[in-house]
Amino acid sequence: MTQEMDLNQRFEDYIASDQKIEAKDWMPDAYRKTLIRQISQHAHSEIIGMQPEGNWITRAPSLKRKSILLAKVQDEAGHGLYLYSAAETLGISRDEMLDALHTGQAKYSSIFNYPTLTWADMGAIGWLVDGAAIMNQVPLCKCSYGPYARAMVRVCKEESFHQRQGFQIMLNLSQGTTEQKEMAQDALNRWWWPSLMMFGPNDASSKHSEQSMRWKIKRFSNDELRQRFVDMTVPQAELLGLTVPDPDLQWNEETGHYDFGPIDWSEFEQVVAGNGPCNRERIETRVKAHENGAWVREAAAAYATKSAERTSSQTSAA
Amino acid sequence: MSAPKAEWPLWEVFVRSRQGLSHKHVGSLHAADATMAISNARDVYTRRQEGTSIWVVKAEDITASSPSDKDVLFDPANDKVYRHPTFYDLPDEVKNM
Repeated sequence: MTQEMDLNQRFEDYIASDQKIEAKDWMPDAYRKTLIRQISQHAHSEIIGMQPEGNWITRAPSLKRKSILLAKVQDEAGHGLYLYSAAETLGISRDEMLDALHTGQAKYSSIFNYPTLTWADMGAIGWLVDGAAIMNQVPLCKCSYGPYARAMVRVCKEESFHQRQGFQIMLNLSQGTTEQKEMAQDALNRWWWPSLMMFGPNDASSKHSEQSMRWKIKRFSNDELRQRFVDMTVPQAELLGLTVPDPDLQWNEETGHYDFGPIDWSEFEQVVAGNGPCNRERIETRVKAHENGAWVREAAAAYATKSAERTSSQTSAA
Repeated sequence: MSAPKAEWPLWEVFVRSRQGLSHKHVGSLHAADATMAISNARDVYTRRQEGTSIWVVKAEDITASSPSDKDVLFDPANDKVYRHPTFYDLPDEVKNM
């Protein structure tokens, strides 16, 4: 018991003095569990997040746009892989995480349960969804768990290209024909509120926030980050000549921030509960991809075993 | 859903970012064998010219010191300040030392 108290004290000291916790360090079970939940959900979001954009790869308007979109979707896969391996350092296996995703036990960001109806959605996703993700992710580069923080540094470096290419799509459309501008406005109308929901519930009703802040996994509250996102994005929308779909939105001289209207949390809850427009389709697609790849995984493993056996029998014969 | 199957082994990946620097740990990945680990590492960790050379090592082949041995291993260096040049006070007149 005393030994555990010592270990706990050392852990608390590390956290207090902003030192990183590394994989083999002692950590409280609840800290480990929280990280596994958060990092694996984050990884799942990257992997499921490939689908809404993958939907437009074959229909991108030019070869240049197609190459960019391919590179972006490949980055999302990479981000998922960095994060899965960060989670594995905490003692959960890749298969366990994938099973949790495939059976619906694990959650992923609810934004990816919305459909991508037009090419402008590629712009809105890059600009708003990746913009919101960056807002959430930059503070995670300083999170107390070393492997997660290091993975996030890589992710953040790559993410800014995503946001800029999205904004450029929106810019081109909003400077184009009337139809193109309408398409951009329509995408903003559909993605604005779900993007604000990406920051999670209001602070008062966020069940994991407080403990995560104490452990320095989370550095800013959901509402703080959401406000920063609104403050950053509204002037960008003005630059595009588009209207943010919120009649209550206005600059507040006193606070130095934009006031914005109430978020429809019932929609958020519905989507999180599995009733968003694309929840079922996203998981079905993921499971199908996994099952279709099974023979490749098995064949490669069999080949590796066989080659290893051949090498060792040759060595022993010589 | 199928029960968890045997996963491909885990490999730790080390990348030399440019000539003249040593390889540095960048993360890990799963692959069936070393050849596949190298090509997966290329795709996962060097999409933006982050490297000129890759090492992959099976994670199970790495022996690491344990955090609980930290004091035993590293404390003996604590009281040997005379290993550092700043330990030695020299007159200001001495130049180039």
